[in-house]
Amino acid sequence: MSLDLSEFHDVFFEECFEGLEVIESGLLNLDQGTDIEDINAIFRAAHSIKGGGASFGFSEISDFTHVMETLLDEMRDGRRTVTRFTVDLLLESVDCLRDMINSAKDKTGGDQPRIDAVKKRLQEMLAAPGDTETPVPDAGEEITGLADTEADNQAAGWKISFKPHTDILQSGNEPIRIFRELSLLGELSSEADISGLPDLSELEPGNCYMGWQLELYGNISREQVTEVFDWAHGDCDLEIKPLNRFKTADIAETQAAQAVAPVASPAFEDKTGSTSPRAETGADIDTRRDPQPTAKRKDSGGGKESSSIRVAIDKVDGLVNMVGELVITQSMLSQVGAQLEGVNSKMIEGLLDGLAQLERNTRELQESVLQIRMLPISFSFSRFPRLVRDLSSKMGKLIELKITGENTEVDKTVLEKIGDPLVHLVRNSLDHGLETPEKRRAAGKPETGTLRLSARHEGGDIVIEVIDDGAGINREVVLHKAIEKGLVSETEELSDQRICNLIFEPGFSTAEQVSEVSGRGVGMDVVRRNIRDLGGNVSIDSQAGRGSTVTIRLPLTLAILDGQLARIGGETYIVSLVSIVESLQMKPEQLSSVTGQSEFYRLRDEYIPIIRVSTLFGMDSGMTELKGGLLMVVEADGKRVGLFVDDLLGQQQVVIKSLETNFRQIQGISGATILGDGTVALIIDVPGLIQRHFEGCNRRKLRLNAVA
Amino acid sequence: MSATQPQISDNTLQAENGLDQYLTFMLAEEEYGLDILRVQEIKGWDGVTPMPNMPDYILGVINLRGTVVPIVDLRKHFELESIPFDKTTVVIVVRVSDEEHGERTMGMVVDAVSEVHNIAKADLKPAPDFGGAVSVDSIMGLVTQDNKMLILLDIDHLMNNGVLHSLD
Repeated sequence: MSLDLSEFHDVFFEECFEGLEVIESGLLNLDQGTDIEDINAIFRAAHSIKGGGASFGFSEISDFTHVMETLLDEMRDGRRTVTRFTVDLLLESVDCLRDMINSAKDKTGGDQPRIDAVKKRLQEMLAAPGDTETPVPDAGEEITGLADTEADNQAAGWKISFKPHTDILQSGNEPIRIFRELSLLGELSSEADISGLPDLSELEPGNCYMGWQLELYGNISREQVTEVFDWAHGDCDLEIKPLNRFKTADIAETQAAQAVAPVASPAFEDKTGSTSPRAETGADIDTRRDPQPTAKRKDSGGGKESSSIRVAIDKVDGLVNMVGELVITQSMLSQVGAQLEGVNSKMIEGLLDGLAQLERNTRELQESVLQIRMLPISFSFSRFPRLVRDLSSKMGKLIELKITGENTEVDKTVLEKIGDPLVHLVRNSLDHGLETPEKRRAAGKPETGTLRLSARHEGGDIVIEVIDDGAGINREVVLHKAIEKGLVSETEELSDQRICNLIFEPGFSTAEQVSEVSGRGVGMDVVRRNIRDLGGNVSIDSQAGRGSTVTIRLPLTLAILDGQLARIGGETYIVSLVSIVESLQMKPEQLSSVTGQSEFYRLRDEYIPIIRVSTLFGMDSGMTELKGGLLMVVEADGKRVGLFVDDLLGQQQVVIKSLETNFRQIQGISGATILGDGTVALIIDVPGLIQRHFEGCNRRKLRLNAVA
Repeated sequence: MSATQPQISDNTLQAENGLDQYLTFMLAEEEYGLDILRVQEIKGWDGVTPMPNMPDYILGVINLRGTVVPIVDLRKHFELESIPFDKTTVVIVVRVSDEEHGERTMGMVVDAVSEVHNIAKADLKPAPDFGGAVSVDSIMGLVTQDNKMLILLDIDHLMNNGVLHSLD
């Protein structure tokens, strides 16, 4: 039978990454105290990666994981205490493994020297006697360490207690087949346990009532044995014990002997080993695994999923698209239906009723479909415990990370794209915000700083906050710098809020020293741009000495938008309802202009710049007379402007289509949608439009200056 | 809508004797050709939604079964005299590939589609440098068929370098 395994590779890689996340979060939990459940979860995940790696022919991955697993096994058995040093090394191994998996995925060569280095350090640690915290073993032990690994796997034989569940035969697992395979590995003796046999009258012929005690002799690794039972996982209770283990407590002493004769022979038999209590708990490796992967995730992931299926994102996107089409068709039908209203006919009435129902159902369908793409933000937050741990130790700061609202759901695309900006903000807080313990003590604050990450729903948005109780923003420094860079003029009166938010301006970096952690050229302006690209905004609030709060507001989904349809220059455009403050008819007496170029509308003591959208978009049609025209007041980044539009049409929820798929980004336009009549309408990107407008003004100014 | 586009395998449309098939179209009395494997469909002219601040040869976007597809006026792009669109005016929807971006679906307005020719690669003559509106790199070569000259276009170069990059 030849199977093309490559089609399973993607699934394998995905599972590996999930497994690595489990391992990582488990390891980070270990920092807070050793919990056998965490170690078990880590071990299981590592074991799955190893098994998968071997099955799919990624021997590098399985070899590497094997070494990790051996170390984890010792930790699990209590033969090795969990120290920060071991956790650090394992975390590094996780990184290394992630790289390996990535390079296997991209079919590129991995960073072999690094892999070898980490693997060597793992082996060195294995060689070091378990219960010591000596980080660096001397060279002599290195060899014995390898032998130790082998020792675990190459006992003189195995004692297997195999108790199938009664329904094992129904899953196609035939114990006889298993025995036959085992007997291929070495000499097998078996003893059947028939105590579970019921009376003949109650006996179900399709059930299995027997259990077996097997003894398998030979130079066989544990993996070889468990592999035979792979298919029976979940259908049986399985215990595999080495037949003649070395006394594990004396590992260091026996190692030397092992090094000479790495293959254990019966001469090394040490009966006391299997009776010593420590070895007993240590060697009883319960290889029972939960039958369902979901159940497995349940005990490692905190029980947030009851049951789930894995679906390719293309399929979901296809579904989202189809529903989008359906919404368009539905609104097309509604438009036709609206024309029929008033026509007195029973049939028409029935049709209109049907259309109304169609509209309700379509809306509900759309909501449920979009719900499929929603994932908890914990997928993005989960990387931070590690990041904070690594950075704080690197910078010598004491930082406690508190995460709340990690189950808040957000669209997958938003989730993917918010990761990098968040990392930047967290790095920034760690680097510039939170102080060293000495400084904190001097300021009368607790030595351990707190970094808080929170997420919550608010209206149709998701709000993410990064809060630190660090030094806060020094307004004088920021203002001074802004004036120096020409971002604001010296005479300008600025609110505190405004000053803080200057750090999001391009070309702004207050760090006096560019450190490794942040300030490597990617500034806060990039963060703001990325967040704006997602249709959100970011702001910062800070109190000197008390800390800063960065607030990110994002739409829940990028797929749909509540829009106001407006006619501009003979074309229909869509403006997101979120950005509209109000729409009004302009009164002539409240219009004014400056230098005949810039026009303003006075709205309750505020002068609002008017943008002639059709002019800005280079269209020559449409209305030109402001008086009596319609003004749509919109707001973005704290700036209010009025868009001069020809006419306001209806409001509707629209499905956003990217222009970049087949074309490219256009300034002032965030995307397109398809209207009920099948035509394309462009969606106005309000922040982009405002920026474009002011850039245009500046350019005009420059041109005028040049002429003068 | 991401309807699966008909994937025409290379073999089915490649004539047996190593000839490639080209779809030709008319543009101001000139006959141009492009690799038929790149053609997704041909549709009649049905209006576009214009986009702001675009050069005149980018007419706008259309809704092609749920996908937003940009439309290029090839006459304008080639700096030929514009004519009013009529019954024979068609939009050839092509798939353009770009190393960075992947595949795009774009449409180009031409006067009329002409026919399909089988042409051997060896018969292609390099285009002389003519210093026109179109870079010589956008032309795969010239070939003579039935005493007529066909100008075979490199659609990737034409759309990427000629159209998209010129917007920067």
